Amino acid sequence: MYKVAITGIGIISVLGNTVDTVSSSLYKGQSGIVIDEDRVELGFESPLTGIINDFDPATRLSRKQRKTMTYHAIQAHAATLDALEMSGLQPEDWQNDQTGLIFGCDSSSIAAIEQVRILKEKGNTGLIGSGAVFRSMTSNVTMNLNMLLKTRGAAWSVSSACSSGGHAIGQAFTLISTGQQDRVICGGAQEINWESMCSFDGLGAFTSNTDAPAKACRPFDKNRDGLVPSGGAASIVLERYDHAKARGAHILGEVCGYGFSSDGEQLSNPSTTGLSIAGAKALKWAKIAPKDIDYVCAHATATPAGDSAEAANLRNLFEGCSPTISSTKSMTGHELWMSGASQVVYSTIMARDGFIAPNINLETLTPEAEGLHITPTTIERAPRSVLCNSAGFGGTNSCLVLKY
Amino acid sequence: MTDLEAIQLTNELLAEEFELELDQMKPEALFKEDLELDSLDAVDMVIVLEQAFNFKIKKDEAFKKIRSLGNLHDFVLDKKNEHPTAVSNT
Repeated sequence: MYKVAITGIGIISVLGNTVDTVSSSLYKGQSGIVIDEDRVELGFESPLTGIINDFDPATRLSRKQRKTMTYHAIQAHAATLDALEMSGLQPEDWQNDQTGLIFGCDSSSIAAIEQVRILKEKGNTGLIGSGAVFRSMTSNVTMNLNMLLKTRGAAWSVSSACSSGGHAIGQAFTLISTGQQDRVICGGAQEINWESMCSFDGLGAFTSNTDAPAKACRPFDKNRDGLVPSGGAASIVLERYDHAKARGAHILGEVCGYGFSSDGEQLSNPSTTGLSIAGAKALKWAKIAPKDIDYVCAHATATPAGDSAEAANLRNLFEGCSPTISSTKSMTGHELWMSGASQVVYSTIMARDGFIAPNINLETLTPEAEGLHITPTTIERAPRSVLCNSAGFGGTNSCLVLKY
Repeated sequence: MTDLEAIQLTNELLAEEFELELDQMKPEALFKEDLELDSLDAVDMVIVLEQAFNFKIKKDEAFKKIRSLGNLHDFVLDKKNEHPTAVSNT
């Protein structure tokens, strides 16, 4: 098995559009959550959402290139160019069949809506345009990045609800570990538009705490009442460690373990055992004992049931000890398909810049999390051994172990 | 609409749709080699031309043989003259 290095990261997030601005937001505990007036008018139960500011899709892509791309694919492209630039890799390094692309993504709502609207208005499928068929696919990110970057290895997307990004990184790591790929550009992307969120809103899973949007998302707090939908794109360059070292790359960290499991129980309520089974597998792969993990970047989305289940899983896994834990979703909201990948980017930023980001809005710890060291404030210490949790509808779990 | 106006409108529509410069729009310009347009772009070209000139192109065999901008100009003029009542929608 080969060691796997992280050599580049990039992100378009509600916390910022560069690694440095995101780092500043994470360090300060700044929220990227606002009220969307369109959602108020449309009758959403919760008008809260993450918002990405100052992102211009035309900066790096022509209109012709954007025609087949969703907005989140364009963001994934921007994040990927930043990650590749950080890695120091050149096009000749990745334009081969040993370089792959794997992203987590589980929806693409806008194109499907637009194509039906045009057809009903015009009565002619020929007037829908050439881009819609590509934009309507959940593999939109990887199909477009593959064409734009000219990689020739793996090129597919992972759809597993809110663990999509985590499994994408895990599969990329696995392909490199086993020698099937030398490097994989991987990540997650999530659309942020209201059209993709209205049915989820109708489930009553979103927080209705609209008085102070920055305080709305409260993972592990006793008074949490739901998640805030969010999105963007996160990209990570993974390489065979020996190759990265040989070319003199700056190695940001390592992915050294991946574990997965599924609950086999309910669609929307996670189990108290599934995530910890995935965590134990990831630790076993990494040959790390639970006590040696010093930070958990939690999945915790601030739903009453989800956070309780994750707390139970963390107790199972860590058996009486507790690393420092925080949920970056307290600031970002729930980045859904992107979240498992963005957690890797956020953790890598923390390691690079020497801090652990806070779990903001934690005022009264929920009783189910008693004994777990969830930090409401920034810690002036870089994480060294990290567990990233993600879990999705249907009970699919991903755990990644990172070392810095 | 005169023939010259129809050619100018065709050039303007393509320039806008595909982010081309008007000085690229020479009759000898080949769609694939010079303007870097492909079969998917042809789908969108049909849409903008049909909507602007108010005639049908999609199933026209002559359209499938077009290789250069000059070929397209000739095609548009033929269609316009076949349907003199077609009115520009722009």
